Amino acid sequence: MTQTQDTPLLEVKDLRVEISTKAGSFYPVNGHNFTLNKGETLGIVGESGSGKSMTATSLVRLLPKHAAKVKSGSIKLEGRELLDLSEAEMRKVRGSEIAMILQDPQTSLNPSFTVGEQISEAFRLHAPGPKKTMRARAIDALRKVKVAAPEHRVDCYPNELSGGMRQRVVGAIAISCEPKIIIADEPTTSLDVTVQAQYLRLLKELQDDTGMGIIFITHDFGIVANLCHKIVVMYFGRIVESGSVERIFANPAHPYTEALIGAVPKLRGHKGRLTTIKGQPPAPMEPLQGCPFAPRCEKADSRCFAELPPTLDADGDGEHLASCWRVLDQ
Amino acid sequence: MGLRTALMCKKFKEYAVLKYLARRVASSLFALLVITVIVFLLSHLSGNPVDALLPDDASQEQIDAFIRDWGLDKPLWQQYATFLGNAVHGDFGTSLKWQGEDAMGFVLDRMPATLQLGGLAILMSVVIALPLGVAAAVYKGTPIDNSAQMFALLGQSMPNFWLGIVLIWVFSVWLGWLPTSGMGTIYHAILPAIAIAWFQVSALARLTRSAMLEVLDAEYIKLARVKGVSESVVIWKHALRNAAVVPLTYFGILAASILTGSVVIETVFSWPGMGWVAIEAIRGRDFPVVQAVIIAYAVIYMISNLVVDLLYVAIDPRIRND
Repeated sequence: MTQTQDTPLLEVKDLRVEISTKAGSFYPVNGHNFTLNKGETLGIVGESGSGKSMTATSLVRLLPKHAAKVKSGSIKLEGRELLDLSEAEMRKVRGSEIAMILQDPQTSLNPSFTVGEQISEAFRLHAPGPKKTMRARAIDALRKVKVAAPEHRVDCYPNELSGGMRQRVVGAIAISCEPKIIIADEPTTSLDVTVQAQYLRLLKELQDDTGMGIIFITHDFGIVANLCHKIVVMYFGRIVESGSVERIFANPAHPYTEALIGAVPKLRGHKGRLTTIKGQPPAPMEPLQGCPFAPRCEKADSRCFAELPPTLDADGDGEHLASCWRVLDQ
Repeated sequence: MGLRTALMCKKFKEYAVLKYLARRVASSLFALLVITVIVFLLSHLSGNPVDALLPDDASQEQIDAFIRDWGLDKPLWQQYATFLGNAVHGDFGTSLKWQGEDAMGFVLDRMPATLQLGGLAILMSVVIALPLGVAAAVYKGTPIDNSAQMFALLGQSMPNFWLGIVLIWVFSVWLGWLPTSGMGTIYHAILPAIAIAWFQVSALARLTRSAMLEVLDAEYIKLARVKGVSESVVIWKHALRNAAVVPLTYFGILAASILTGSVVIETVFSWPGMGWVAIEAIRGRDFPVVQAVIIAYAVIYMISNLVVDLLYVAIDPRIRND
């Protein structure tokens, strides 16, 4: 990546989120560092429970009240610190500057309002205009996400649409106010494969048109390879590896990343069984010494069990980071 | 669902709503028919209708005339047909206790009093219960939630006739703020309405709370927040609109039971409504009036349930398409 003078679209530094329960507290997001530039797609990859969704939710400051809070760190949107904004100011950022696509299209639309009402609500909040034009603008947004017959679908209720169609509507809501960043939290997990491919292509096209940044959360390395420019791999609330897609696929530095890549089915070449990762991630409040992945890692040695590896520079140019002791041995 | 269906969406919806309502009205009418059968048979089940409908000291002449007038010598189905024919025209015979009064007319004269008291009680329950339930859900686990639950529990633990008596004692006898009984001004209605409403507030508030808790966890609530919708709009528009179906279902039962079940409270407060008529008619073995009251209550039940069905259609689009 070339050095630019521009401030990055989104810059997250040392972000820590604490969840406190009666049994104790833990960090589902523990010391995150990453940046997102204009027109770039960042993939956040990891198993369920690794803290991916928590990362996304903390970026728009919608963590569950009382239970979770941002402990430290900084989230800068074009240089503006989001953590310092008031709740009212933050509401103006949500939906207009940072939009989000949620996981399950079956449940992420409100069953009591028409598609048009739900899209135009975003307009009313962030880009108000005459009431008469709301419907036309909603139809326009539906057309952008390639919904067929938008003039009719705009009056439909969510229960009258298919899963893929609903997820397009959620997409339409997200892009309606031309946000700078879209956070997509496993948007295609519950869609079937062909619909999934169409949806991903659509996201890519929208990005090409608008130059928005996308943060794509998934557990599927196959999708990441197709869609993303950069990857952040999460394990147990920590970023264990980050870098460009090309470098990480060619030369994964963390055994966990390696295992995830090995778990993706390939069309040609690779025959035989897919690799699986043995064991389970540790329980959130388990006291840990050393690398949290060590108990499941085939390459772990005594040092891995004794000491948490720091974030290390895997390729010597600061562009590919991994927290694994093995980096030092290479 | 394909494109064709999408194109049909609007037309289809109107058609579906009409079909749904027609079905509801038809099933209500059928239920009403069954009730007339039961009401008709009641006078026969409880022994000879002559015994039931005539005073004990009636002469043989009166009995013969009665049998002739009422067609009691005819087969049962013919008698029912006559009963039904008369009932359709609102004719349930004349009252025995209140000499010369038309039975249904007499009951209908008392209906406004019952509707007035019941209406106030319903209004009270909804206006108090909904915000209470919503607040309890939004502030789950806080003192606000606890006090709301306490208030609800209190209402459900007190029998309403007892609450009525306590209210009279405190507000009428002791403080002297409100009249003890009877009907006249709005002040007369306040105590009986509270006595009826408190129990209902409890049930309604608890239902609202649990429905809201479930809805507030939904993904579409998160999506609304993600859009930048303010918290009060999220709660009162996005969440309550969906949670409302649950308390609304109960609201049908509530409205009907307030209107028909105020028998006890009407007696405690000497409120001259239908409940009071029902008690007096039963006491006086005034069968025509009892029959008229039962049918009137049945119609009230049906209408309030139909209103609820209509409200369903208004708030939940999923019901429209089923």
